[in-house]
Amino acid sequence: MELGIPELSLVVLVGASGSGKSTFAQRYFKPTEIISSDACRAMLTDDETDQSVSADAFDLVYTIAAKRLALGRLTVIDATNVQAEARKPLLALARHYHVWPVAIVLHTPERVCLERNLGRPNRDFGDFVVKRQIDNLRRSLRTLHDEGFRVVHSVTPEQVDSVEIVRQRAWSNRKVEHGPFDIIGDVHGCYPELERLLLELGYSINLTPGHNYGFTVTPPAGRRAVFVGDLVDRGPDSVGVLRLVMSMVETGAALCVPGNHDDKLARALAGRKVKQTHGLAETMQALAETDEAFRQAVRHFIEGMVSHLIFDDGKLVVAHAGMKQELQGRMSKRVREFALYGETTGETDEFGLPVRYPWAKEYRGEGLVVYGHTPIPQPEWLNNTVDIDTGCAFGGALTALRYPEREFVRVPAFAQYAIPKRPLEMNATQLSAQQAHDQVLDLSDFQGKLQISTSLISQINLREEQTSAALEVISRFAIEPQWLIYLPPTMSPSETSQLGSFLEHPAEALEYYRRAGVNEVVCEAKHMGSRAIVIICRDSEVARERFGVTGEQIGVCYTRTGRRFFSDPELETAFLQRLQQAISKLNWWESFDSGWFALDCELLPWSAKAHDLIQNQYAPVGAAATASMSAAQAALRQTVTRLPESVELQALIAHTQLRQQAVQGYVEAYQHYCWPVRSLDDLRLAPFHLLACEQRPLYDRDHEWHMQTLAALAEAEPRLLVATPYRLVDLHDQASVEQTIAWWQKLTAAGGEGIVIKPKQWVVQNSRGIVQPAIKCRGAEYLRIIYGPEYDLPENLERLRQRGLSGKRSLALREFALGLEALDRFVNREPLRRVHECVFGVLALESEPIDPRL
Amino acid sequence: MLLRLTTTHTPATDLSFILHKHPDRVQTFPLPFGSAHIFYPEASAERCTIALLLDVDPVALVRGNRGSEGMLSQYVNDRPYVASSLLCVAMGDVFSSAMAGICKKRPELVDLVLPLTVELPVVAVRAKAGLSLIQRLFEPLGYQVSAEPIANDNPANSYLALKLTANLTVKQLLTHIYVLIPVLDNAKHYWIGNDEVSKLLRKGDGWLAQHPECELITTRYLRYQKSLTSAALEHLLQAVAPETTTQTELDQEQVSEPTERQSLHTQRHNVIVQRLKASGAQRILDLGCGEGKLLRELLKESQFSAVVGMDLSTRALAILQQRIERLPERQRQRLSLLHGSLLYRDARLKGFDAAAIVEVLEHLELGHLAAFERTVFGFARPKLVLVTTPNREYNQLFPSLPADQLRHRHHRFEWTRAEFAVWAERVAASYNYRVSIEPLGPEDPNHGAPSQLGVFEDAT
Repeated sequence: MELGIPELSLVVLVGASGSGKSTFAQRYFKPTEIISSDACRAMLTDDETDQSVSADAFDLVYTIAAKRLALGRLTVIDATNVQAEARKPLLALARHYHVWPVAIVLHTPERVCLERNLGRPNRDFGDFVVKRQIDNLRRSLRTLHDEGFRVVHSVTPEQVDSVEIVRQRAWSNRKVEHGPFDIIGDVHGCYPELERLLLELGYSINLTPGHNYGFTVTPPAGRRAVFVGDLVDRGPDSVGVLRLVMSMVETGAALCVPGNHDDKLARALAGRKVKQTHGLAETMQALAETDEAFRQAVRHFIEGMVSHLIFDDGKLVVAHAGMKQELQGRMSKRVREFALYGETTGETDEFGLPVRYPWAKEYRGEGLVVYGHTPIPQPEWLNNTVDIDTGCAFGGALTALRYPEREFVRVPAFAQYAIPKRPLEMNATQLSAQQAHDQVLDLSDFQGKLQISTSLISQINLREEQTSAALEVISRFAIEPQWLIYLPPTMSPSETSQLGSFLEHPAEALEYYRRAGVNEVVCEAKHMGSRAIVIICRDSEVARERFGVTGEQIGVCYTRTGRRFFSDPELETAFLQRLQQAISKLNWWESFDSGWFALDCELLPWSAKAHDLIQNQYAPVGAAATASMSAAQAALRQTVTRLPESVELQALIAHTQLRQQAVQGYVEAYQHYCWPVRSLDDLRLAPFHLLACEQRPLYDRDHEWHMQTLAALAEAEPRLLVATPYRLVDLHDQASVEQTIAWWQKLTAAGGEGIVIKPKQWVVQNSRGIVQPAIKCRGAEYLRIIYGPEYDLPENLERLRQRGLSGKRSLALREFALGLEALDRFVNREPLRRVHECVFGVLALESEPIDPRL
Repeated sequence: MLLRLTTTHTPATDLSFILHKHPDRVQTFPLPFGSAHIFYPEASAERCTIALLLDVDPVALVRGNRGSEGMLSQYVNDRPYVASSLLCVAMGDVFSSAMAGICKKRPELVDLVLPLTVELPVVAVRAKAGLSLIQRLFEPLGYQVSAEPIANDNPANSYLALKLTANLTVKQLLTHIYVLIPVLDNAKHYWIGNDEVSKLLRKGDGWLAQHPECELITTRYLRYQKSLTSAALEHLLQAVAPETTTQTELDQEQVSEPTERQSLHTQRHNVIVQRLKASGAQRILDLGCGEGKLLRELLKESQFSAVVGMDLSTRALAILQQRIERLPERQRQRLSLLHGSLLYRDARLKGFDAAAIVEVLEHLELGHLAAFERTVFGFARPKLVLVTTPNREYNQLFPSLPADQLRHRHHRFEWTRAEFAVWAERVAASYNYRVSIEPLGPEDPNHGAPSQLGVFEDAT
């Protein structure tokens, strides 16, 4: 005996105590799908028969059921449910979550129930209870349908053993169909434009009079059309459109969801009283000239359509007026209404039309929702939804969206067939719908615990105190989120060296990569300045179009925490213009086919940004240390004339001398990175990553490409740009490794900060996970400004060598993953909140207490 | 770090008896944070100098201070090189007998007044007062002060080479140095606990109570820990007749904001509360509530049935939360706190009668104003919005504020009356509010009032 139930439904078992509900449920459903009132009683009082807590136990039943239904899980209620009163809250739940309520009634005779209860402990509540339950059940049988149960199954004891539960796919569920699709906007009777559009999409249309509504349409190989509804009214030939689409649906060349006009037409054809406005009268008139059989076919065609369709593992949703996430795949009157009309606020506008509630602004779903219903001049992306009704009947165009290509194909209307009651909304701000929406982000997307999925690391978890810290940092200091499309990851130093007086040495870093299975690394000189991300656009037009920033901005330069680098807007503009000119000189706008670039750079000198730090910390410590050490040395030298034989004094002098040299080295080290900045000419920008452009993120090119490409850029603007010296190292070639170490020594002896070692490819994964994207190896002198002037005195070094890198390295990987994800999302034109989430994540992770010297 | 102590008493080498240190030996003493070396650069009958050289272990200094903020958590740190509380600890250790006034071999030397000179080659004087502070501290005790600035780019964080000359007993000099070095340096390397009070009282015995800067010394020595300071002051004040107590000037470093007297602040809040009351508003937002001064005023009015304070700073909210715990239950129930940012749309801010945004605007980056406007006026849309911000024109009337400087280092901008009006009118027009602007605080005929208030009323 087959019992069909929708795959997502609320199954209510109905039967007296002892009727075998629990046994039935356990036999035919997963244990986790069953919510039993007895089990809930037991959870509360350790006694599943304790009737005194029934109210609380049912609260628990409803709460669990609500959570499961919200998550889209089939749920079975195992309770007697013999009274309408008891079923009412369950029906309300089903309605609330837009799932079908299903009743399965167990007709077990009173005698059997009583026998079973006798055999169970603590069921001695008297025969009259079971008798009353069975009476109630009998009375219920007639009313279950009227109460709202969409499916009612009855099972007798004889049938129990032969039951087979058949879970039926929701009508909307076409997730196994992956396309490709051509989704076509509101046609509204515009037959000539539809024909043209189908031809442009590569469909061939053959006339087959008298057969299949007169058409046979063959789609291009593998493709299928999906109509978003509103096939009829307003346009010149609604009947022609119906014939064409019905023929396509008939042969499987197309699928169709109903629009509100189609729905109204079906009701009119069914003889219901509807106002024949907005073109319906004309459609009815045209249909009157066809035969009754066709009219009935139209009616059944429309009535048979499913409110919305879900394709491609849930990645694509098609509905006439859209479908919000919590209704997708659900079944109820409300779902159908939403699909037909969308949501309204209950108000009417100055044209007497209902004010639409902008559900798409709040949409956060994974599935791309393609819809029509609201005519607009251009198709508009917003939060992974797109409206493709471009008002063909009003003289606009008929638009198709090719999926998964996400390309639009557009046929302008041949004529204006109707006049809209409300003019098509023109975009006043010149920003796209998405950009206008993204002018302000919603805090709820970033507050509390966050989980971010990236392509490199599937889930990055952020704790509440981390996101709170990020909110503070971003709100206080960061530039407008529109510009903030990337933040660089932190970088780990090499493993601590045990060689000589080195704390860091390239040998360890090179060895790390060799062991990780990397063959080639790129070693880049590390500029000692401040990290700077530069976004540069061809002109302010591109800045507006692509980044949604208004005004005359052509780009931005910001720090690793998202802070604007320049406080003087004129200096920033002049700086950006130099970069812009260099890019123009190389024709990059054309050769990369991009109006913008994002660069990862070091901006020199260090003192330009670290001015306060130098003034308040580095310089004073240098002054105090120098004065202090020379006073000590003077006192000691004075003493040695008195006590020339003292061994202790000699040792003290020698030690003080070492300290004095260290202090001297420290002062030279920090001064090396400082020079006065009077104008733009004193600034140097050393770009080392060309992060992304319009066509794609560029981290798929190896680091050698980045070095070479950016060296060419530097050559085009030598006043501002500096090329980064680098070496390509074969880790299996000992000579190459040794030369690199010698190179590092030479660089750092000349005052260089050190080098950064990267695998040639940006992303390297081995069996243990992602390999560090870069490791820095700082010079011995430079480290004085990190670990203090005297860090390399043997007694200090020995202790400083005890440092752990695992926290830093784990952080570096997570931040790296977030950075690349941010670029991906931006290039893919995802909503700003999705990009912002990633940079927010980097700042949240940066609030981790990790030794800042690493 | 070095300390040199010289006498020209005859015979000068008596110094070595007082200090219990042989002039011909170089001695080293271990300390928790490094070591102290003692030697005599000069030791003749005419002139004797003892040197205390402190080798501070920079690694131990940082690693022993995990979690602390500021310079002590940094390896690049002046502590190993300046005269600080570390030096005092070393003195207490190395010269313990001399400081206690014990000299077994020559007890008569203990109370002997000698011509003494102490040299400290690097002293950090963080207060702007600089030399004058040193004079105020040492001259009342009979010292002649000479100080040479050490070349340094930054005058705000200057160092001095200090030389002090006086005729005193060695014990007196050492205790003065012991107490006053941390007062000058104004940063202590260890946590201040209760035993610091008794230490201060012990070392200050006989001179501190009479010192005209007694309160300043106590406050600074105890690192502004109010409860400790008052405990110490109580003891010290008992030691002198009541009429001799003097009102000490406020330590200059404490006056960070030259801007406003308390009255202006209170005045501003009074105006806001009166405005809100008059409007009939019941549900109130205080956006940027900080540590909650305005919130407390709002809670006093029972008309305000729901008061919500929002701030960006989790630290401020944590402090506020603690204070709330002390409020009566009924008041507390009307208040809730939110962590949030005015740059993000926030559904929690919807449905309020009024919002007060007091001295918050000027803390936003100019580029963030558009987001702020949308969040408050476009999305939250309280029926009444009160916005106050400084009037930049008034800054000229603050004598201590340099021209073209903003009132607070966290201000991103300050507006003139005209600039505020332009902004307010544009916002009102864009978001359908009616706006009027009023001066806030005593009005100057030329420069207006110190603050300005924009009153925005929903015009829909």
